Amino acid sequence: MIAKLQYQLKSQKVIVISSFILLGLFMVTLFAPWLAPNDPIAVNLAHKLQPPSLDYPLGTDHLGRCTLSRILYGARISLGFAMLIFISALSIGLIIGIIAGYKGGWVDQLLMRFGDGLMAIPSLLFVIGFVGIWGAGLKQVILGLILVQWVYYARVIRGMVLSLKEQNYIMAAKISGSSTWTIMKKHIIPNVIPSLAVMGTLEMGWAIMNLSSMSFLGLGVQPPTPEWGAMILEGKSYIRTNPALMLYPGLMIMIVVVTFNLLGEALSERYGVKRR
Amino acid sequence: MESKERFILNVRDLHVEVKTKEGSFKLVEDINFGIKKGEILGLVGESGSGKTVTSMSILQLHDRKNIQMTGSITLHDRELNGLKNKEMRKIRGKDIAFIMQNPMNAFTPVFTIGHQFIETIQAHTPLNKKDARELAVDVMKSVNLPEPEKLLKYYPFQLSGGMLQRVMIAMAACLKPSVIIADEPTTALDLHSQLLVLRLLEKIRLEHGTSILLISHDLGVISEMADHVIVMKHGKIVETANVLELFDNPQHEYTKKLLRTRPTLYSEKQPYTYTL
Amino acid sequence: MSLLQVKQVNLIFHSKRLFKGKDQPKVLKDISFDIQEGTCLGLIGTSGAGKSTLGRVILGIQRPDQGQVLFQGHDIYKADKHTRQQIRRDLQVVFQDSYSSVNPRMTAESIISEPLENYEKLTIEEQRRNVIELLERVGLSEKDLKKYPHQFSGGQLQRINIARAIALKPRLIVLDESVSSLDMVTQSLILQLLSDLKDDYGLAYLFITHDIKAAFSISDQIGMLEKGELLELYDSKDEFFASKHPVVKRLRDSVLSEHPRFRTIRTWENRV
Repeated sequence: MIAKLQYQLKSQKVIVISSFILLGLFMVTLFAPWLAPNDPIAVNLAHKLQPPSLDYPLGTDHLGRCTLSRILYGARISLGFAMLIFISALSIGLIIGIIAGYKGGWVDQLLMRFGDGLMAIPSLLFVIGFVGIWGAGLKQVILGLILVQWVYYARVIRGMVLSLKEQNYIMAAKISGSSTWTIMKKHIIPNVIPSLAVMGTLEMGWAIMNLSSMSFLGLGVQPPTPEWGAMILEGKSYIRTNPALMLYPGLMIMIVVVTFNLLGEALSERYGVKRR
Repeated sequence: MESKERFILNVRDLHVEVKTKEGSFKLVEDINFGIKKGEILGLVGESGSGKTVTSMSILQLHDRKNIQMTGSITLHDRELNGLKNKEMRKIRGKDIAFIMQNPMNAFTPVFTIGHQFIETIQAHTPLNKKDARELAVDVMKSVNLPEPEKLLKYYPFQLSGGMLQRVMIAMAACLKPSVIIADEPTTALDLHSQLLVLRLLEKIRLEHGTSILLISHDLGVISEMADHVIVMKHGKIVETANVLELFDNPQHEYTKKLLRTRPTLYSEKQPYTYTL
Repeated sequence: MSLLQVKQVNLIFHSKRLFKGKDQPKVLKDISFDIQEGTCLGLIGTSGAGKSTLGRVILGIQRPDQGQVLFQGHDIYKADKHTRQQIRRDLQVVFQDSYSSVNPRMTAESIISEPLENYEKLTIEEQRRNVIELLERVGLSEKDLKKYPHQFSGGQLQRINIARAIALKPRLIVLDESVSSLDMVTQSLILQLLSDLKDDYGLAYLFITHDIKAAFSISDQIGMLEKGELLELYDSKDEFFASKHPVVKRLRDSVLSEHPRFRTIRTWENRV
């Protein structure tokens, strides 16, 4: 009992701290234009590869752009688009998962087999293939990631709906004359949302990671737009002389992904939500 | 006091409290009773009256960290309260057997019944596997379980609840315990299985002189089986009486209410049934 | 005209597997009976006799392979949308497991008002007054409006389930083992409540149970269900006791004595 309590407090601490970090990051994303000391895309070859100074707190890159400003603006792209991927994939997954779970029968079979097919392809490979067909670019990468991602949500939601459907209170609601829509709104969605929030937190880290990976491979965000993965790619050539160019964006990705994962783990333990 | 020596199991001044953040709550208080050899003591009460807490106290199965237990529980004049877990483990199963309401929970679904039966025997006796199996078959034969050899090969889920409960009782009986605690042993069973289970308990009592603490909210079970009856309410004993006394001339208001409100079939044919 | 007429209902166990065996077991065989307005039919049977499946057929959730279920003269599986809505209103259910019958995230008020929202266009105050009345009718009070399911005991939750079932003043309630998981005292209180409601509102019940004592305490007619067949129907306790059917006999012999003087398992000669 006491061990359990300590454990709960510990997980609570993790939740509080990681929420703070993430909140801070979101603030940075929002206020990037005011926080950044310089224009992130202004090229100034006279100042290239400078060490940290008052003007450029984290130095400059090979084109003389301010690293700190690029990281701050990069947060906008990474976090913002990860959010977009999360919300879109979740919405698609929610709709398809609920339809498959509630309708059952061939609709369920069709949707879930389609999902299985998508899941069989490693996600990064799928996105690379997708980009290969439709051309490199942020839009394609995001679309590709959404297409990979919704399947996980759909599967989890379908499973939950299947077990909820057998609950007597759903049956009683049907017998009380509630329409399918009312049952969804009142009984199914409220019971599914908490687990989704937890799962989404874990998946956010995944989305940021993949988005940056794609940019690093040169398939996602195109220069000169600042993005962490793209910045690592650009800094790669200077790894011997200026390792900081790769280090800072790399650190940022690590912090964000680890924080999201810790938060997700803590939440799922606290609320007893199973993953995938 | 001279009668105390003849009690196999003797419970004196048992108090159980649970400690929580808001303070401590009494679960049961002032529990006093004794069971003689070959006697059946019925324990009646509605859910939450402390019946299960009492049986857990005898078996010392409470979590000692937050549950405080005072008073004396003796088995063959040996004090059980405060006994080390290691010592208690030797007593549980061997000297005091426990039969619970849902036999499904008593068996692990992944092993055969034989495996679990033999394991239990071996845990408490020096028998080898072959002898243990023989003992298992003998006991099952003696209690009229059909085709013991075949039964041992089954997995728990392949048997009905009633059959499983009878196997459970056979398992408890083969170690010849001095006391069997049966906590609502027939509540989850249909009428015919209930009859078979109760007959089996009686057979074991008759042959081995086992003392039985029979916990039930069903007055029918009590009326069939018990010598003496304890009626519990809100963690306290409200009435202790001989079974005939209790049904003919209940003293406490609560007992009267219990007898009065139960649904009956035979009220015309059984003139002794207590009516208002 | 009878309130509910069940005519030769047959149901086959539908395997979900692709390759079905040749002989599929019948879950329900040629079941026919009627329930009149304001009466209670008790259906007794052991687990696996098909009791709950029959309940589902009557509630319109499980379409039978053959036969008809007529409610107020309408075939519930062939009725048009409007009639079906009306039937839904007049046909309610209370399940055995009171906990799984309520959404754990909803308050007592929202649980009970769910059917009202579907059928009655009431203002918020009217609806609340209605819910309070229902709570009081089933022995709870206004204080319980905002409580969540985990704050109630099993018996209280079953009262809430009953309140939800009677909210629309239905004609027939299917009681699917509704009192079986409650302890004796609570059980008899709920049975008393059900019997009062039956008299007050002229409700009809289909009381599905394995507990003969409970069945006899509120039923006007008793049916014996075994292996998907309705063996016999009895209009009184005496008829049931006079039955020569071996299944009934076995069941009757399994009933425990109600007084220790008449005990049969542990006879008085065997006392230590």
